[in-house]
Amino acid sequence: MRSNQLSGRRKGYDVLMRSLMILCSGLTAALVLFLLVYVLSKGLPNVTWEMLSTSPSYLTKRVGLLPDILNTIYIVLATLVMVLPLGVGAAIYLTEYASNKKLVAVIEYAAETLSGIPSIIYGLVGMLIFSNNIGTSLMAGAMTLVIMNLPTIMRSTQESLKTVPQSYREGAFGLGAGKWRVVRTVVLPGCVDGVITGCILTVGRILGESAALLFTAGFAHALNGVWEGLWSPGATLTVALYVYAKDQGEFEVAFAAAAILMLLTLLINLSAALVQKHFAKRRSL
Amino acid sequence: MKQSVKSEAYAQQRMKSKQRMERIIHGVFLLLGLITVGCVLLITLYLVISGLPAIVEIGPVDFFLGQEWAPTAGEPSYGILPFILSSVAGTAGAILLGVPIGFMTAVFLSKMAPSRLKDVMEGAVSLLAGIPSVVYGLVGMMVLVPGIRKLFNVPDGASLLAAIVVLTVMILPSIIKMSVTALDAVPREYEDASLALGATAVETYFRVSVPAARSGIAAAVVLGVGRAIGEAMAVMMVAGNAPNMPGLFESVRFLTTAVASEMAYSSGLQRQALFSIALVLFLFIMLINATLNFFLKREKE
Repeated sequence: MRSNQLSGRRKGYDVLMRSLMILCSGLTAALVLFLLVYVLSKGLPNVTWEMLSTSPSYLTKRVGLLPDILNTIYIVLATLVMVLPLGVGAAIYLTEYASNKKLVAVIEYAAETLSGIPSIIYGLVGMLIFSNNIGTSLMAGAMTLVIMNLPTIMRSTQESLKTVPQSYREGAFGLGAGKWRVVRTVVLPGCVDGVITGCILTVGRILGESAALLFTAGFAHALNGVWEGLWSPGATLTVALYVYAKDQGEFEVAFAAAAILMLLTLLINLSAALVQKHFAKRRSL
Repeated sequence: MKQSVKSEAYAQQRMKSKQRMERIIHGVFLLLGLITVGCVLLITLYLVISGLPAIVEIGPVDFFLGQEWAPTAGEPSYGILPFILSSVAGTAGAILLGVPIGFMTAVFLSKMAPSRLKDVMEGAVSLLAGIPSVVYGLVGMMVLVPGIRKLFNVPDGASLLAAIVVLTVMILPSIIKMSVTALDAVPREYEDASLALGATAVETYFRVSVPAARSGIAAAVVLGVGRAIGEAMAVMMVAGNAPNMPGLFESVRFLTTAVASEMAYSSGLQRQALFSIALVLFLFIMLINATLNFFLKREKE
């Protein structure tokens, strides 16, 4: 009934906007689907066990991705080990200790700024600060990534600290616990979910990072153990993809790497969603 | 009696050492809190120190307004105007294409879509955000560049247009996510009031919900600008990388790719000039960040 009373112009507006919205959403969905199907169908057939388990060799014209996969794992671990204490500590300072509002605003603005800086600038500054001092190495890359991911860990920890009820802290204080004890026994266990979410996001960002690593960690494909690997240059999967595609024209390997990265991205997104769901459920109980 | 005095002194001493420990721990956390500030200062300092000398040596006018970048020529010239204009043109193009698509998708997801569809679509958008930029670059190289060459009949598809399309896709998730958050936060009563007054659902979305969420949507656009202007690798793979003045089918170099493409082998003044380009990019980003913060603050209020 009601729609019959609408003037033609209003009806036209309604139909136009509705179809535009559906069209644009459809376009977005189609884009995601296309990227997923295209990369996986082009890349997965090229992924072989030999590729995953060997290092490249010019003699046998073999292109192995194993060193790049290992480098990615090393750099993820090194970054997390360094960024976690820093980020969680900063978040604890902001929510538990800081009393000066201006200082909090300055710190938060700085974190905001860090998350807006493009990775190529991180790469450049990381090269100046770290690579020029300790040499182009996975460690220099990891240190660069630490600065880059500090805001991510900070923010997600802060979010979950805010959900720890104030009464818990007051209860602990009332029982005579000191500040540090309250932080250690009440606050820290409460922010586990934020830390886990932050870790997943960070791993995702490191997997996708290339510009910040190109000049800090280099692009070698040597097969190394953890400790040796950290102090020598090495390409992660993304950097390897770039080098294979852009400089060497080895598109089959590049697509294989892209497919692996796509699957890892899917995995990361899924686990982030699951973790969030899990903790949301537990919190509502 | 003596016993209790002794234990009281002991308790006092324990209290004191406990207090000292608390103070030390407070100091440690303060230090951790200040790390972000330190990092920002360090980055700024390094960029200014390594970026300024070349600008001074080349001369600001020649550097910013020079139209030719030829650092290895017999008579080298270091004009970065092509990079600045290409970056601006590429970003503007991506915003022009990406904002309407992202905005419409966001309104659909926030207001119209059934919750299950919304969940699936938000997952898809998150995936889009998580795909590494080199993968975008690779797909652009293999699909977009040849596509543009054939479609527009130009000698090489690696061009500003290819960069714009890739950047459009890359900024979509930022725009959609942030706009959806802003639109979801619009109070239900506003919409109910509008519906009760006889507006149709669609009129309510666009004339009530969208204006109410405008600061958040503006922030989403600014975030998109920041993403687009800062992207290096994907642009490097599809834009052709020649230091031309921007044109839709021209092979171009952005500020980001100008830094990335010569860093590996440059030295002397050329290397210093690359740091100057990074400094210019950094200033652009700081400006964008300030704008973003302005809108975010307004959104919070």
